[in-house]
Amino acid sequence: MLDFNATLIGEMIAFAILIWFCVHFIWPNVTKAIEERQLKIADGLNAAERAHAELKDADSKVAAEIKQARQQATEIIDRAQQQANQILDKARADAVAEINRLKANAQDDIASMAQRAREELRERVGALAVQGASKIVQREIDPATHKAMLDQLAAEI
Amino acid sequence: MASEPQGGLSEYITHHLTHFKPVRMSPGGFWSVHIDSLTVSLLLGVVFCLWFWSLSRKATSGVPSKGQAFVELILEFVDGQVKDVFHGDRSFLGPLALTVFMWVFLMNAMDLLPVDLVPLITHAAGAGHFRAVPTADLNLTFAMSITVLVLVIFYSFKAKGFGGYMHELFTSPFGSNPLLWIPNFVLNIVELASKPVSLSMRLFGNMYAGELVFMLIAGLFSAGSWALFGMGIIGYTVWEIFHILIISIQAFIFMVLTIVYISMAHDHH
Repeated sequence: MLDFNATLIGEMIAFAILIWFCVHFIWPNVTKAIEERQLKIADGLNAAERAHAELKDADSKVAAEIKQARQQATEIIDRAQQQANQILDKARADAVAEINRLKANAQDDIASMAQRAREELRERVGALAVQGASKIVQREIDPATHKAMLDQLAAEI
Repeated sequence: MASEPQGGLSEYITHHLTHFKPVRMSPGGFWSVHIDSLTVSLLLGVVFCLWFWSLSRKATSGVPSKGQAFVELILEFVDGQVKDVFHGDRSFLGPLALTVFMWVFLMNAMDLLPVDLVPLITHAAGAGHFRAVPTADLNLTFAMSITVLVLVIFYSFKAKGFGGYMHELFTSPFGSNPLLWIPNFVLNIVELASKPVSLSMRLFGNMYAGELVFMLIAGLFSAGSWALFGMGIIGYTVWEIFHILIISIQAFIFMVLTIVYISMAHDHH
C-alpha cells in the first residue's frame, strides 16, 4: 500500500502536462467566448433600453399630433358650418328678393291692365252715350264739332 | 496472489488491493511503476483534455451548444471559486483549478465502476492485478499535492522575491529576534510540508476506504446465502449513491485547497 516509486514522478509529469494543456488550449477559448457573450448581452440590454425610451418618445409625439389633428378637424368643421349657414342665408335672401320682384312685376301688370280696361270702358261708354244721344236728338251730331263735349263726358264717367 | 487457491474474503481483498506492476522489474524496487494507476490516470487526463478542448475549440459567443454550455457551466463554477479566494490574474490559477477538479473527479468516478469489472477485463488481457482508481494510489495523490507544493513555493518566490520569502520564513509567526529564527523556520517548514500531506492523504484515505467498503460489500455476493446476496445488492447500491457525493466533494475540496494554498502564497504576512 505505501510503496512509493517512479509512478510518483510519472504522475507529476502527467499532471504538469495536463495543467499546461488546460492553460493554453481550453481555458482561454472558453473564457473568451463567455466574455464576448457578456459584452453582447450588455449591448443588447442597452439597445433594448434605448429602444424603449425611443418608443416612449414616439408615443408622446404621436399623441400630440393626434391632438393637433383633432383640433384642426374641429376648426374645419366649424368653418364649414359657418360657410353653409352663410350660403343658406344668402339663398334665402335671394329667394325673398326674387319673390318681391316677381310680386312687384305682377302688381304692375295688374295695374296697367286695369288702366287699359278702364280706358277701353270709358271709350265704349262714350260711344254708347253718343249713340244714345243721337237717337234722342234724332239728328246726326257731328262728332268733330262735339268732340270736346264728348271727351268731357267720357272723362266724367 | 495471482491465483486464488482457497478464496476467502481477505484473499479477495488483498488481490484487489495489489497494483499491476511490470513482471520483470524487481518487486518493490523504485522503477517498478504502477502501470494501472498510470494507464487509467493518463487515459482520463486525455479524455478530459480532448473532451473540453474539442468543445472549447468551437466555442462561440453566440448561442452555445449543449456541450459548450456544460463546459461553460463547469468553468464558471470553478472560476467563481477562484474569484472568491484569489484577487489577481486568474489566467493560470483558473485552468489549474479546472484541471485539478476535472481530473480528480474523473479518477474518483472510476470508483463507481463495479469493483470486479475492470479487473475482469484486464485479467483477460493478461494483467493479474489491476486497480482502477488512481486516486486510491498514494503515488498519484502525492504527485498532485507535491506539484501543488512546488507551485506554492514558486509563487511565494514570485510574489515576494527571494529576500522577502526568506524573511517571511525566518521571522513570520513569532518575530524577527535572531533567537526566534530557527523556531520560525521550523514552524514554517512544518506548515509547508503539512499542506501536501493533508491534501494527498485526505483524497487517498477517502478513495481507499471507499474502495475497501465496495470490496467488503462485494464479498457478500459470494457468501453463499440469498439473504446475504440481497443485502449485498442493497448495500452496494446505497454505498454507490453515497459515493457519488463523496467523489464530487473530494474533487471539490482538492480544488478549493489548491486555490487557497496558492493564493496564500501571494499574500504578504
